[in-house]
Amino acid sequence: MINLTIDNKPVQVEEGTTILKAARQAGINIPTLCYFELNGMKFENKPGGCRVCVVEVKGRKNLAPACATDCMEGMEVFTHSARVINARKTVVELILSDHPNDCLQCEKNGDCELQALAKRLGIKEIPFKGAQSTYRKDATLSVERDMDKCVMCRRCETMCNKFQSVGALSGVNRGFQAVVAPAFEQNLGDSSCVNCGQCVQVCPVGALTLVDNIGDVMKAIADPTKKVVVQTAPAVRVALGEEFGMQPGEIVTGKMAAALRRLGFDYVFDTDWSADLTIMEEGTELLGRVKSFLAGDKNVKLPLFTSCCPGWVTFYEKNFPDLLDYPSTAKSPQQMFGAVAKNYFAQKIGVKREDLVVVSIMPCLAKKSECARDEFKVNGDPDVNFSLTTRELAHMIKQCNLDLNDMPEEDFDSPLGQSTGAAVIFGATGGVMEAAVRTAYEIYCGKPLPKIDLEAVRGIYGDSVRTATVDFNGLAVKVAICYGLSNARKLMEEVRNGNPNGYHFIEVMACPGGCIGGAGQPYHHGHSDIIQKRMEATYREDAGKPIRKSHENPDIIAIYKEYYGEPCGHLSHEQLHTHYFDKSDKIEATK
Amino acid sequence: MAGQINNVGLIEVPMGITLREIIYEIGGGIKGGRQFKAVQTGGPSGGCLTAKHLDTAIDYDSLVAAGSMMGSGGMVVMDETSCMPAIAKFYLEFTCEESCGKCSPCRIGNKRLCEMLEKITDGRGTMEDLQELRNLAAVIKDTALCGLGQTSPNPVLSTLDNFWDEYVEHVVDKKCRAGVCKKLMRYEIDREKCIGCGKCAKGCPAEAITRTDYTAPGHKLASMVIDSEKCLKCGACIGGCKFGAISVK
Amino acid sequence: MANIKLSEDKIKTVKEIAASFGNRPGEVINVLHQVQGKFGYLPAEIQEVVAHELNIPVSRVYGIVSFYSFFTMEPKGEHPIDVCLGTACYVRGAEKVLDAFKRELNVEVGKCTPDGKFSLNTLRCVGACGLAPVAMIGDKVYGRLTPDMVRDIVAEYK
Repeated sequence: MINLTIDNKPVQVEEGTTILKAARQAGINIPTLCYFELNGMKFENKPGGCRVCVVEVKGRKNLAPACATDCMEGMEVFTHSARVINARKTVVELILSDHPNDCLQCEKNGDCELQALAKRLGIKEIPFKGAQSTYRKDATLSVERDMDKCVMCRRCETMCNKFQSVGALSGVNRGFQAVVAPAFEQNLGDSSCVNCGQCVQVCPVGALTLVDNIGDVMKAIADPTKKVVVQTAPAVRVALGEEFGMQPGEIVTGKMAAALRRLGFDYVFDTDWSADLTIMEEGTELLGRVKSFLAGDKNVKLPLFTSCCPGWVTFYEKNFPDLLDYPSTAKSPQQMFGAVAKNYFAQKIGVKREDLVVVSIMPCLAKKSECARDEFKVNGDPDVNFSLTTRELAHMIKQCNLDLNDMPEEDFDSPLGQSTGAAVIFGATGGVMEAAVRTAYEIYCGKPLPKIDLEAVRGIYGDSVRTATVDFNGLAVKVAICYGLSNARKLMEEVRNGNPNGYHFIEVMACPGGCIGGAGQPYHHGHSDIIQKRMEATYREDAGKPIRKSHENPDIIAIYKEYYGEPCGHLSHEQLHTHYFDKSDKIEATK
Repeated sequence: MAGQINNVGLIEVPMGITLREIIYEIGGGIKGGRQFKAVQTGGPSGGCLTAKHLDTAIDYDSLVAAGSMMGSGGMVVMDETSCMPAIAKFYLEFTCEESCGKCSPCRIGNKRLCEMLEKITDGRGTMEDLQELRNLAAVIKDTALCGLGQTSPNPVLSTLDNFWDEYVEHVVDKKCRAGVCKKLMRYEIDREKCIGCGKCAKGCPAEAITRTDYTAPGHKLASMVIDSEKCLKCGACIGGCKFGAISVK
Repeated sequence: MANIKLSEDKIKTVKEIAASFGNRPGEVINVLHQVQGKFGYLPAEIQEVVAHELNIPVSRVYGIVSFYSFFTMEPKGEHPIDVCLGTACYVRGAEKVLDAFKRELNVEVGKCTPDGKFSLNTLRCVGACGLAPVAMIGDKVYGRLTPDMVRDIVAEYK
């Protein structure tokens, strides 16, 4: 242990602890800007670049960055001497002098860490006037980039490269022109970007933001010729409350349904319903492949990968074109819902598919790009017209003079509203796997699963890749799950090298902790405990459900009876399954 | 050893030798018999020392004590034709080019220092700017991540310390005594001396020189005049005038 | 993502250079050095191939190319002109010499003349402070320059 004093307060810490962490331990909260950590989730951005956290260390010539300086025995640290305060303010003034400061029109207004810092330090004016660095603005269908606002914290770059191994963003140029950008400062959409949006989730300012589709949805609601249907993803209900001052992990399913109805949606449905449908299709597909494998089919593609996460889907299309046959062909719950709504439901209520507008509320930015994919359109009409994030929904509720706190508890509409606990846990890492096992086991073994909770694949902390072996009547089914695309990359490479661990089924979610840590969720500002609380709520909701297995959902049983026939049957192949494309870089030799 | 000195080149000297010995004995004194003004030691991160430091013995500690450093061991001698705020700006331009951009004090701070120095050498500076210049330079030294940023303000701080009057002249009197800061210069034609040959107008790249109505006594042609708005202060006219009619103020 | 088209020979050259460094990601700077030595500059397509060969994101390659002033994405002229703006040259009037080159060639710093003959750049010290101010054309050093010498020097290469 190391003993030191911080602001004359004795502190004892373990060797290798930074001054920043030691100070936090002592209840002294040194401000930071570039530093970003998802504690326990193997993500840390510590470039030591912003110099906001500088402190005075007795005997040291210059000020020390608290985030990047380890504590030493006998150290005397001062975090608010006149010298420190002057330097810290000057540094923030410098950063503001190269910032547009258009806070009132900024997407991040109220959520901006630079704004909060300026307020905390009491910055009243910016004494430095001069040139501002400007860059070309750019957007994909999910992410907007306005690098004029970039403060070079490089969180996005670390997220994109270290956590996701996507490699779309890099620090480019030098000096005053330095910025984070794709190669050749090309459009993000032309890069290796998969639209996971985690760069947006970690950006402290408004340099990286979501593409806002609230206006499109408002217009559809106002159009008397349209019927507007809304579906809400599992992870939204355990996070939306945060935007209304509720504690993280508060479950707002009923209040959310009530609010959506008051916003003017004609039918308030649930993506959880189509998550149950996904399990029927994907579980059946898994069993089909396993049975073929056991029957001696050498060409069968195992492991089966989940395909619910659109960031992950784009990732393997861009990086593993040789393994396109491995992922499940089952559409994601968002797209299954869209297909059912536009085909089955539109017909049922006697509305032309073009006059039915399907809106999804997702914890995700990649869903905005997913619903725009050509293969999810019929004659140009998308199955899902618009995808809003949890943050956009909160915004919309506020715009419409509503407060979630005041909403009554209401139910979803029928028939695309009833769901099981298996669907609820789609929102957390490992959840799709657990849900699939609950159903696949019972179909394969023909008897109830002895233990419904698959604890081995639960949790956001700990091993990067979790594995479990489930005994299917003597058949050892090996499963693996991970979040973060860099972990997925390792698993894909393993599969490329012959699947030495013999996995049958692998679940991948791009975002930290799965969809509950998605880029469309309320900003967690690096507090992984918020994601943990959302996860706990997810499993609470599951445990409280009367039905916890997808194949027992009466509305799912009904739609197979009435419409689809059987899982992986002819009609479901047509409507509920998809295929993947080689989107990798090609180098073509010319003469 | 380089700069406005008679003997330039690589020299090897013992520690403890004075600046005066190097400049006047080995270096053979200032070029053209002009006045010594400053010596910059230690490369772009060093500082500018002045006549009062000439008897400083050269070693690591005393150079630092005087506000400069040994650094690369380079020495650039300057005479009265060098403008110290302009020299500070020159060094800051170098730092801005070399800044990697990782830390904010160096990336933005040095750019701001450079812009403030530009304001001063353009004659737009204020006394408040001089105060702000000093504070910012000190904060950059105190907070920058690497050696570049931690030393880049040295030329600013040392010239502020040693050539304060020259900064004040730029800010208050809008004058550059070295005649380096173009924006503070005015080219003028003495209409009594001008014979009206028009050579200056032909050579002017900005077409800033025109003929007046005034013919000086004893001359046949009307004199020329410079439009200071258009004038680029390139000096082409002065070089071409055989009659010494053009001067810089 | 991109569809890169590049001539067979160029791809082969880049592959050979990358292979000579064992296709190790850590050698990216050395690889870029040699590739630029071969082609004179590093256009986007070439960077894509380098990234592909070293199995690193092209954004990282571009990050390096755009960071180091040695690397360039602009083709250099047949006769690259570098005017030294080091301290010793600066105090002896290097800026006026640079202006003279700009006027004579009608070209901005960092650019190439339309006929591809000359490109103009600045650098900080070529280690010939005794000859200040100095410029280099190709590998030839010109010292003790004054602005009026520039026209004759350029004429040597026309």
